Amino acid sequence: MLKSSPFKTSSNSVSRLMQTVALATLPGALALFYFFGWGVIFNLITCISVALLCEAAVLKLRQRPIKRNLMDYSALLTAVLLALSLPPLAPWWIATIGTLFAIVFAKHLYGGLGYNPFNPAMAGYVLLLISFPLAMTRWLPPETVITNAPNLVDSFLLFFTETDSQNRTLDVYLLNADGFTMATPLDELKTGLSMGYVLPELMHKPIFNGWINVGWQWANLGFLLGGLFLLWKKAINWHIPVAFLAAIYLISGFFHLFDDQLYIGPMTHLFSGATMLGAFFIATDPVSACTTNKGRLFFAASIGVIIVLIRNFGGYPDAVAFAVLLMNMAAPLIDHYTQPRVYGSQEN
Amino acid sequence: MSSLTAVLILVCLAGVFGALLGYAAIRYRVESDPIVEQIDEILPQTQCGQCGYPGCRPYAEAIANGDDINKCPPGGEAGVKALADLLGRDIKPLDDTLEESQPTVAYIREDECIGCTKCIQACPVDAIVGAPKLMHTVIIDECTGCDLCVAPCPVDCIDMLPLEQDVRQWQWPNPANDTDDDNIIPVRQVS
Amino acid sequence: MNTNNNSVHSTELAGRSLDEIVYFSQHKFHGGVHPEEHKTLSNQSNIQALAIPPELIIPLNQHSGRQAMEVVAVGEQVKAGQLIAAAEGDLSANIHASSSGKVIAIEDRPIAHPSGMRDRCIVIATDGCDEAEWLPPIEHPFKADKQQLLRRIQECGIVGMGGASFPSHIKLMPEVNKLVINAAECEPYITCDDRLMREQANTLIAGIQLVMHLLNASEAIIGIEDNKPEAIAELKKTIKDAQTSASDKFAQNTSDLKNSSIKICVVPTKYPSGGEKQLIELITGKQVPSQQLPLALGLVMHNVATIYAIYQAITQGRPLISRIMTITGDAAQLKGNYLTRIGTPISFALQQADAESCDKVIMGGPMMGFEIFDTQAPVIKSSNCLIAAGKGELKATDAALACIRCGECADACPASLLPQQLYWFARSDDLEKAEQYNLFDCIECGACSYVCPSDIPLVQYYRYAKNELVQRAEEKQKAAHARERFEFREYRKKREKAERAERHKKAAEARKKAAHQKGQTDEKKATIADAVARAKARKKSSD
Repeated sequence: MLKSSPFKTSSNSVSRLMQTVALATLPGALALFYFFGWGVIFNLITCISVALLCEAAVLKLRQRPIKRNLMDYSALLTAVLLALSLPPLAPWWIATIGTLFAIVFAKHLYGGLGYNPFNPAMAGYVLLLISFPLAMTRWLPPETVITNAPNLVDSFLLFFTETDSQNRTLDVYLLNADGFTMATPLDELKTGLSMGYVLPELMHKPIFNGWINVGWQWANLGFLLGGLFLLWKKAINWHIPVAFLAAIYLISGFFHLFDDQLYIGPMTHLFSGATMLGAFFIATDPVSACTTNKGRLFFAASIGVIIVLIRNFGGYPDAVAFAVLLMNMAAPLIDHYTQPRVYGSQEN
Repeated sequence: MSSLTAVLILVCLAGVFGALLGYAAIRYRVESDPIVEQIDEILPQTQCGQCGYPGCRPYAEAIANGDDINKCPPGGEAGVKALADLLGRDIKPLDDTLEESQPTVAYIREDECIGCTKCIQACPVDAIVGAPKLMHTVIIDECTGCDLCVAPCPVDCIDMLPLEQDVRQWQWPNPANDTDDDNIIPVRQVS
Repeated sequence: MNTNNNSVHSTELAGRSLDEIVYFSQHKFHGGVHPEEHKTLSNQSNIQALAIPPELIIPLNQHSGRQAMEVVAVGEQVKAGQLIAAAEGDLSANIHASSSGKVIAIEDRPIAHPSGMRDRCIVIATDGCDEAEWLPPIEHPFKADKQQLLRRIQECGIVGMGGASFPSHIKLMPEVNKLVINAAECEPYITCDDRLMREQANTLIAGIQLVMHLLNASEAIIGIEDNKPEAIAELKKTIKDAQTSASDKFAQNTSDLKNSSIKICVVPTKYPSGGEKQLIELITGKQVPSQQLPLALGLVMHNVATIYAIYQAITQGRPLISRIMTITGDAAQLKGNYLTRIGTPISFALQQADAESCDKVIMGGPMMGFEIFDTQAPVIKSSNCLIAAGKGELKATDAALACIRCGECADACPASLLPQQLYWFARSDDLEKAEQYNLFDCIECGACSYVCPSDIPLVQYYRYAKNELVQRAEEKQKAAHARERFEFREYRKKREKAERAERHKKAAEARKKAAHQKGQTDEKKATIADAVARAKARKKSSD
């Protein structure tokens, strides 16, 4: 087959890009592991194996070259991102179902890599959140907060059999000294606020460190670090994370100024939940995001706005997945209206 | 009373919206070619008559009146697709009895021509010049390759030759047809 | 992820004084890439003359426009510089024999073209004497009138030697204020312009003055990348000398050149800074309006090699029969720049540079060149480079992966297009949409394919889509024309029928009248008698 110029290419490649992004999750993943224990690792292992198996199976069904497509590492990255969003000690089938859905339904049924309109990891996450809300919100608090963190064996048993060596379920670990079930900081806030508490009162709970949530801020810092690495490596453009974080900061700051008893401050927003993971790793997924630079700014800023709105007013404690999926739908339209001015054409 | 008011209001609303719609229909009217013109625009204008009609325009009229869209071999699959898009009909494969043809031009072997003028009368686009008892020749640039001149020739001196391709007509091949390329459904080459 | 070469070169130059002659470009263009340069492979040695090949194969169409018409016959003896094919109309170019010998064939031969197809060529068996026959030099070119100079350029078959091969005399017809000289040479590997500027700075500056005179331009700007400090220094020295010394034989003759100025605008090394539109933006900060020529901004651009050819044509009467060509690549043992005769078979050139055992041969640069499949094809007027690639030197033709919409291509596109959108449209055959997304503003520079992490042959998609769109438009036009002719024929047939009916009617009436006069009342009988008479007459005539 006749090939046209150019006959030189840069060292860019899809697999290297995906590897770099996957590698950049390392600091965040380590922080999560430090605070939330072995469950993080089990999730990662389960998601990655299921993802690779599903990918290989679907590729075989679709009669595509298996090895070449597996080597693009996109399935691996999807698995890593999904695993890092799951509650650490959620049972194994949560990770399995989520990954299966992400790879088979959200990715391959739309035509495979490059054709999926939605971020597969987030599609899997949302499916789980809607179908298994209980399992998806039982998030063990950081090990520095609870006294009875499960050890490796107990974590393993909890993950695969849902009961530990002494036949205790995850619920037992979640009970704090007061007899209340603990959840993620954003969950605590949502529940607390709906019960009529105001922020300063809630901030004294052990899960908060006076002003910011323990453990989570380190995970977010880890992802921020990884994100900066990606920017330095030019694996992602600056537009999406900057617009994403700026929008969250401004909108949440606005609400916080409006009523600091009801709306948490911008810094808390930035360093809780999946904010940093979303800004640098999820929203930047090139396939489902906008492709023009102007479009990227609008796309990511809209995600930021939706996140703050859902966190402050919606029914769910965190909203990165919903916000990203919503804007994924709008991406083609945004792209259409944000085409750059072509060389030599008149501004209109 | 109240029901009367409701009826009155609805009638008024209906009147207002009706007027609005009517105005919009006139004000924002999109001038479009009659459907026959649009169909004729798609047909390749070889005037070959393989569709069973004497020329492209009659076939366009027939399609507009409900005839099948798959009777035009020179237009090929691409033509059928374009017609299907225009008319909102299903794409049909070309009629089996007809074969998709390569673009050709007629060539008269001039030493054998007896000057009978039969081909001149058959040519739908006046692409053959000549006079009675004198040799005829084809104006290549005008010839649509319709084949209609071949049958009437009493001495079989007309050949349909494929259009020669040289560097100036050469095109870059569509890389999507390169079957090495992943994620691409193999496409049959349609020229 | 590209290594940035800018800073290195800029600091190199920053040490030299910048003055009223040399200045740095104050403008930028969108996108661009920094491929590895590989220029030092071939720019270290002087330009050498390549030997006369035993056989010269000279294609009749080496330019944009109509193919030239051969004016020699097989068996004829020709001299170097002799016209062998004459331009057909204005948009065409003369072709000359590039050495002396005998015409042995005029036939289709493989030519240097991406398709690898054959085209009409004049084949000359050289006699090795290289007997030449130039046109008479124009003695005082600055006093000569414009038409005379243009005619000479046309006679000598000068075409743009930067790539497009547009006949130069057409480009030089209008009068403009500003002449831009393209000396950027942004493609990797190619160094022919670089060497030419280093070695022939005098000739080039004189040539620029000549072309300025032709265009009545008051200003000339040489746009050059900052990776050619030696060429910049050489040009600068020459410009300075020309300005100060009255000894310059051309400046003496002309008063209007005193007010003119030649400047050197140094642009950062970034591919494709040598693209016509990109270089204009770098120099002037203005963009050439879409689908228009630089003339719209009141300027004209010429490549340095073209200037050199024009100078030779005017002052020596020497037609365009040779050019400087870079032969480089890992497989070439004698890399360098060679003064090569037009029509030299590529195989001969490679053999001379000891580059026969190569993996792949590329004509032009690696970004915009094309692969040569048959090395019997000849060097033509626009052949600026031959890359004899070693194993692994150039991209392996791996199958493309899926597009992940990363947008790298859009960041690299010097025309600010959305390459991946164009790609989706071209692939789904939605060509009208691609056209709406300004497909025809694509300059096919290859920056998008270069950065593509999925190795998608983007440029080929655009080339295919452009070809296809043009062809469809042509077909449509042809169909409209056929329809017109068909309709006219129908109309004519109808009219003839009507006329025939009219004649019959008239004839019948005449008969009726005649019968009436004869007193025969039986009309039927009259008609029959008439028909019998006609049949008899016909029989008689056919006998």
